[in-house]
Amino acid sequence: MLPNKPIKETAMQSLSNRKKIIEQKPMNFWERMYLPAIAKGLGITIRHFFKKIPTVKYPEETRPYSKNFRGQHSLKRDEQGRERCTACGLCALSCPAEAITMTAAERKKGEEMLYREEKYASVYEINMLRCIFCGLCEEACPKEAIYLDGPHVTADYLRKDFIYGKDKLVEPTFDITKLIQDKTS
Amino acid sequence: MSVFYLVAFLAIFFALMTIFTKNPVHSVLYLVVTFFTLTIHYILLNAQFLAVVNFIVYMGAIMVLFLFVLMLLNMNEESEPMKSNLVKVMGAIAGICLIATFLGAFKVIAPNNEFVVGNAEVGLVKNLGKVLFNEFLLPFEISSILLLTAMVGAVLLAKKEVKKI
Amino acid sequence: MEGAFILEKLILVVIVFTVSLVIAMYSTLAERKIAGFMQDRHGPNRAGFGGLLQPLCDGGKFFFKEEIIPAGAHRPLFILGPTLAIITACISSAVIPWGQTLTVGNREVVLQVADINVGVLYIFGVVALGVYGIMIGGWASNNKFSLLGAIRAASQSISYEIGMGLSLIALLMVTQTLSMSEIVAQQSGFVNWNIWVQPIGFLIFMTCAFAECNRVPFDLPECETELVGGYHTEYSSMKLGLYMFSEYINMFVSSALMAALYFGGYNFPFMHDLGLSQNWITILGVLAFFLKIFGFIFFFMWIRWTLPRFRYDQLMNLGWKMLIPLAIANIVLTGVITLIKDTYFA
Repeated sequence: MLPNKPIKETAMQSLSNRKKIIEQKPMNFWERMYLPAIAKGLGITIRHFFKKIPTVKYPEETRPYSKNFRGQHSLKRDEQGRERCTACGLCALSCPAEAITMTAAERKKGEEMLYREEKYASVYEINMLRCIFCGLCEEACPKEAIYLDGPHVTADYLRKDFIYGKDKLVEPTFDITKLIQDKTS
Repeated sequence: MSVFYLVAFLAIFFALMTIFTKNPVHSVLYLVVTFFTLTIHYILLNAQFLAVVNFIVYMGAIMVLFLFVLMLLNMNEESEPMKSNLVKVMGAIAGICLIATFLGAFKVIAPNNEFVVGNAEVGLVKNLGKVLFNEFLLPFEISSILLLTAMVGAVLLAKKEVKKI
Repeated sequence: MEGAFILEKLILVVIVFTVSLVIAMYSTLAERKIAGFMQDRHGPNRAGFGGLLQPLCDGGKFFFKEEIIPAGAHRPLFILGPTLAIITACISSAVIPWGQTLTVGNREVVLQVADINVGVLYIFGVVALGVYGIMIGGWASNNKFSLLGAIRAASQSISYEIGMGLSLIALLMVTQTLSMSEIVAQQSGFVNWNIWVQPIGFLIFMTCAFAECNRVPFDLPECETELVGGYHTEYSSMKLGLYMFSEYINMFVSSALMAALYFGGYNFPFMHDLGLSQNWITILGVLAFFLKIFGFIFFFMWIRWTLPRFRYDQLMNLGWKMLIPLAIANIVLTGVITLIKDTYFA
């Protein structure tokens, strides 16, 4: 609050000319009664009373995610339901937070329906506490195997529970012809 | 009549408790209860206005102020100063004076006195107002001037002295 | 006949008691809902439809919470405090006329618990007593914040009682009676409401009622920012609940009092032109009365979410230097107008 007396303007000249010197006048009788001010305040609150409430009742209604929202990672499958990841390690390399680790393994005979490439990730872990959801792994992946298209990563009680393995990351199998996901995998 | 004896007993009991308790806050609370029993006495006498005024003024305001001051002072047994003999003598004299006054009053107000038997309706607001503003107008106004003087005095005491330059 | 009379009054007492408790209960919900709406949010809406079961849940929570009595507290007085607060809050509604007479069989039932001829003063006295609950509780807690809250409550309620009483005197000069039922009966018809004769008096009375109920903007006894919780800092469980309850019951009774004294009580416009039977008029009158009461309760809450809390010296200045002189001026004005009316227009 500025004092009543205007400050001497010798030391500093205002360049923009937008400076205003506010003068505090003593209140007149009507203002000192406060009743008009109270009525004005009541008017404001009652206007808000009838306003539309912007709150979203969360568990019942959810707000739509943005198209380029980056949520929880999912390891994708191809059209035959095989895992696309070939454990090349580019995602782990590109990750600025060093949240991704993996162990590669060779595909055995009879596993052709499970893994698309000859090399696959037997362990694939993302530490969700380290991850910053920047999406660089998505960009680095040459096999289009990882996408950050899931929902928010939920809260948990223990740090170890935030290290998501393949059980949580690999997307469930689905039949491309029916486009209906099933939860068998 | 039995109600009267019960209430009278309670009044005396709590009045004695007021004096005999060590803790000043308890003492004031007992005094509040004593005033409450007095209010019941007024109601028994059909003096509704006096009852309510006793209730509001004594219980609701004066005793609250008593309590207020006592709570701020935080008195307890250790900090209580020894009472000198002079105070005790003064107390005894005052007590004897009070008893003398009571005895005199009892003698004047015999059960057949007109003030005692009198009009039972006199305690109602309307009648009381008429009596106050007709027969007892002068004492009423004088007492109001007394109160005004006290009020002015209180304001004067409470106001800080303005320093003269 | 005597037995029937006692039974009738007993039923009425139970009804009034229940209604005031239920209203106090749902005031807590209404308060939070209204706060929500005024701040563009929903307020509690999880328990029951739109949060309707919220007060029950709160009550249940209060009952099952651990009860703590501090080691340094004065035990009997600590328990007496909230008890006194709730008792005084509950008995003050005894003289409020809730409606006209209902004819049940061949009995005329007056919808008022006690029609004593000093009804207004009775309410006044009980309200004055209400501060003991707060003071005793605050002192017995043996906590400096509680004590400060109690002292604030005491000085505030004494100061505003004076203003309240003086504003009422002007009203009583107009009505010429102290009986609540007569005051309400006089206000039959919209133009006869006392608010039209005593607008200043009503304003003073309402301000003082806010202060007496310890409501915002005069809730300094429990001012959280300065005094933690004020007089109920040390209270927990249902004892705290009783203090809260007594506050809301006080609010309900004050609303009823304002509606009865200034806004015609159970009278509603055109009540005798509808051609209804007496019982129906009474029932509609009770509804109208409660509508007015709810209006005032809403206003209490509306003010709460509009105005900030006063500072303590501002509170005292308002009470002693504004309201009391204004109330006295109002008395003089009323007297002069009454005199002129009686002399020249009688």
